[in-house]
Amino acid sequence: MGDHGQAEFDCREALHRIYHFLDGELTPVRRHEIESHLDGCSPCLKMFGFEAELRRVVHDKCRDAVPDSLRRRIAESIDHEHASAAAGDEGAGSQPAAEMIEEREGV
Amino acid sequence: MADQAHFAEDTEQFMGSLYSAALRMTRNPSEAEDLVQETYLKAYRGYDSFKAGTNLKAWLYRILTNTFINAYRARRRHPEETELEDVEDFYLFHRLGGLEAAAAGRSAEDEVLESMTDEEVKRAIESLPEAFRMAVLLADVEGFSYKEIAEIMDVPIGTVMSRLHRGRRALQKALHDYGMARGLVAAES
Repeated sequence: MGDHGQAEFDCREALHRIYHFLDGELTPVRRHEIESHLDGCSPCLKMFGFEAELRRVVHDKCRDAVPDSLRRRIAESIDHEHASAAAGDEGAGSQPAAEMIEEREGV
Repeated sequence: MADQAHFAEDTEQFMGSLYSAALRMTRNPSEAEDLVQETYLKAYRGYDSFKAGTNLKAWLYRILTNTFINAYRARRRHPEETELEDVEDFYLFHRLGGLEAAAAGRSAEDEVLESMTDEEVKRAIESLPEAFRMAVLLADVEGFSYKEIAEIMDVPIGTVMSRLHRGRRALQKALHDYGMARGLVAAES
């Protein structure tokens, strides 16, 4: 094969950027450079593939079912908040009926 | 501005992932429920100030993270370690490489990964110190970008990248250790 030194340089460069690559944080130019390298380097392709698979496994296996009790609590606390806010609005622009009657009788 | 009347339907889709994140953060189901409820309440109250059409998921996660840091982390009696032992790159791959696959068409390494249980993966993430744990779960479980993670955690992007790099290596070691405990990686010898 030709430039053995150059080939090693590319592997190190590619692996150095593996996480940025998998995170989608590389510029299109850099991304293309690495993809070209992977096209011709099966050891690197294997490692990239493994890291991508590990990422997928971590993502897929970290799921939890939301307890019904929590859904209920959240719905209730928002309803309560909504009701308090609505009651507050009504009080702002008007007097409660009981107070108005007291004032009239006091005249 | 976002409409409070639409809050429930707009945010319902994120409840599962927020709850998962809360479990990883608090490591306690009861605290996780409290944390998520508090997050939803704060989000509801502040929903008028949320700019409709912008990143709602990131906005909710910022509230979750802030609430966690203020309310739950402060209560802890033992200070959270920030030290993380140095783990080499590609820790897991180097220890699994060379195994023979049981089934054709699948690498042995992929088989080991797939055979990990949900519990093992969750416990492995939870074993990381908080700052690293949060970065890894925001990136690898929730798929946020470095910029979004920086905003959610209120740290510079450089810090995000560093925590991710070290956190992921530590995660690989934790997964390896759990696998070893289960006799999964006995094939190494």
